[in-house]
Amino acid sequence: MALQDKYKELTDAATASGITDLAVREQDGVLYIDGTAPSASVKDQLWDIYAKADPNYLAGDLVLNVKVSYDAAVTQVKVTTESSNLNIRKGPGTDQPIVGKAAHGEVITLVSRSSDQWWMVRTKDGEEGYAYAQYLTAVE
Amino acid sequence: MKILRLLPALALLATLAFTGCKPKDADIKASIEKSLKETPATSGVMVMVTEGVATLSGEVADEATKAAMENKVKDIKGVKSVQDNTTVPVATPPVVITADDPLTSAVRDATKDFSEVTATVADGVISVTGEITAARWKTLKMALDGLRPKKVDAAGLTIK
Repeated sequence: MALQDKYKELTDAATASGITDLAVREQDGVLYIDGTAPSASVKDQLWDIYAKADPNYLAGDLVLNVKVSYDAAVTQVKVTTESSNLNIRKGPGTDQPIVGKAAHGEVITLVSRSSDQWWMVRTKDGEEGYAYAQYLTAVE
Repeated sequence: MKILRLLPALALLATLAFTGCKPKDADIKASIEKSLKETPATSGVMVMVTEGVATLSGEVADEATKAAMENKVKDIKGVKSVQDNTTVPVATPPVVITADDPLTSAVRDATKDFSEVTATVADGVISVTGEITAARWKTLKMALDGLRPKKVDAAGLTIK
């Protein structure tokens, strides 16, 4: 229960901010918090609260798996890499061959969300493949 | 004439008999409690009866138990209606840990653009070593936590 106390502010905030499918479990010295946030800002807010209890996230006693709910109607995504081009691959994995690239800041078509990590996209040139979802931001 | 004299007595008797047929709330409560105790799953449920309306409260294990209980109580003599306020606890899903093989490839994908760190996977634990800025570590930790590891061990990590 000690971990639940340590991260009480976080779990309270998760409950108050409308996280759906919220699950909080403690197992073998690690606290697991899973759920879906209504927006990216709610997720960011939770990570800021996490940092209050564990600055720099180094303690290794919390796995905070909060996804952001998405609007199924969204079909356009923006490439939000730090600065480089985004690889588009034949399959979902960095071991898969690159079939195309999308430039930083470019808006491309979202075909489907295959998994939490890999989304299927199509570039303006019609190249279709998988891109790492972390570098894609929905265009409302 | 004799019968006329007996009429008030008969009326009284009829009234008594009538009220006698209608179980009192306390008796209904006792019958319900007895019935609920027959099933271990409902033995902890609390009962209140007011003018034949039975109010149930407390916790039962699942919806099926709840429905069966309502039907049982409805059929008990004297019960006019059932107000079921019992709750079913929300099941907490177990912690899902990704197996090492898919986790290893997912970690490789997540750390591809983080060449300043090395991440290894053993028994569901992702161990990260190296030197990284606070902002980039936050981004990476967010990604790693999303892969459903057992733990993210950053003991060997230095924040610049």
